Amino acid sequence: MHSVSEASAQTTGRYRLLGHPTDLAGHVATLGPAPLPSGNARGWHEAFVSVLEASGLAGRGGAGFPSAIKLAVAHAAGKGGTIVVNAMEGEPASDKDKLLLIRSPHLVLDGAQLLAAATSARRVMVCVPEGREQVAAAVSLAMAERAAAGCAPVEEVLVRPPDRFVAGEESALARWIESGQSLPSFRPDKGTPLRIGRKGALVHNAETLAHVAMIARTGPDAFRAHGLVEDPGTSLVTISGAVEHPGVVEIDRGTPLIDIANRATPTGVPQALLVGGYGGSWVDPVHFTTPYASLSLRAIGATAGVGIVIVLGPDACGLMESARIAHYMAGQSAGQCGPCVYGLPAIADDMTRLARGHVDAGLMARLERRLREVHGRGACRHPDGAVNLVRSALSVFAADVATHAHGTPCGWGSRTSQLRFPPAWRAA
Amino acid sequence: MMRILIDPVACDAYGYCAELLPEAITLDEWGYPIVDGKPLPRELVDTARRAARDCPRRAITLRERKGGR
Repeated sequence: MHSVSEASAQTTGRYRLLGHPTDLAGHVATLGPAPLPSGNARGWHEAFVSVLEASGLAGRGGAGFPSAIKLAVAHAAGKGGTIVVNAMEGEPASDKDKLLLIRSPHLVLDGAQLLAAATSARRVMVCVPEGREQVAAAVSLAMAERAAAGCAPVEEVLVRPPDRFVAGEESALARWIESGQSLPSFRPDKGTPLRIGRKGALVHNAETLAHVAMIARTGPDAFRAHGLVEDPGTSLVTISGAVEHPGVVEIDRGTPLIDIANRATPTGVPQALLVGGYGGSWVDPVHFTTPYASLSLRAIGATAGVGIVIVLGPDACGLMESARIAHYMAGQSAGQCGPCVYGLPAIADDMTRLARGHVDAGLMARLERRLREVHGRGACRHPDGAVNLVRSALSVFAADVATHAHGTPCGWGSRTSQLRFPPAWRAA
Repeated sequence: MMRILIDPVACDAYGYCAELLPEAITLDEWGYPIVDGKPLPRELVDTARRAARDCPRRAITLRERKGGR
């Protein structure tokens, strides 16, 4: 595992996730105890739900779904369920959940306990992938502190799913907990609650839960003092690529993309930003001032995804970097759905040919057709993310596509990648 | 209106569905079915039911189309 660093945890104002004491005593002394129900549980539930609703918190794990609605669905699924803390963080360029659990594990666990109280769940399960021992140790220590101090009304358990890209997909996580198979399920009705056995499962990204724990303490206004009216609060973003100080920053939603990138000091003039991770999109310099917010990003064909901004320096081939990502994503398929199993490697090969300038007459038409046909045809959205990434590459690096397609590649492609991939993985 | 739903996990590219219902289902280059997004015309519903029944992998279901989608 690469080292987890914190470029700067400061935001303006008092609402923030990072920078609080790590140990339980310090955590409680600084933030106060988690406002869990005592006595009138019904009154507590209503108050908690209305605070969460008023905050406008949306999930920080990629889908950006409103947390209050997700809570209502889980509540309707009945008592005795599981709050699943998703710290799988499968995106190779993301460190925010690792950092959050190492620095503020009690904030995440408080958020899970609050949701457990709100849904009458019977346990909290924290999912940290195999191999991430630093994170697992921090979570174990925090759980032991809480058990000793009586701060965990429902049982808290640490579990270790395999470290794969799709293992953190929520249905794959629920299924792994139930049967040990880390595979996404085909769920045409995404609004129906997830289940583990016969009981409901509420899966939340670790950062989302930290926000829940903060909002329950500060009230919705402190959260809404940051960000935009339609997309409030702060977000953790991991910045990497051609920068001097890669790491995690906490930013207000709505911060212009280039201002986020500048927090890590780019080493040269960026030729593009990759926003949202390897299932995200390249962003062209003309859109560098786009606010980091769901609607603004959607308007330029991008998504916030999980909080990732990667700076592509001037001395890199965007097409070759995209080919590497496409191969990585192809290799991370769960192997269940034909269009993903066969489509992603085919798309990745097309991209490599293009990046190397080994272009046959039918290549561009074939690639476009494959992108069109593969999108939306998996049980999960893994192939869609890979397709979106490649599409954004063809658009943002359109000038490069033209020269490479004429058999004259730029020459930067043979350089070492500016992107992060797991050490075990080798680029084609 | 009915719509055809294919479970991509179950599907193993037998391709019977595209043989039976070429009006609505084509195959990609690897033999996996692509359903066009259009509403299924009434006269094709019976054939679509047959395609669902004959699928060796039981990967096809017919669903009532939700309003406005």
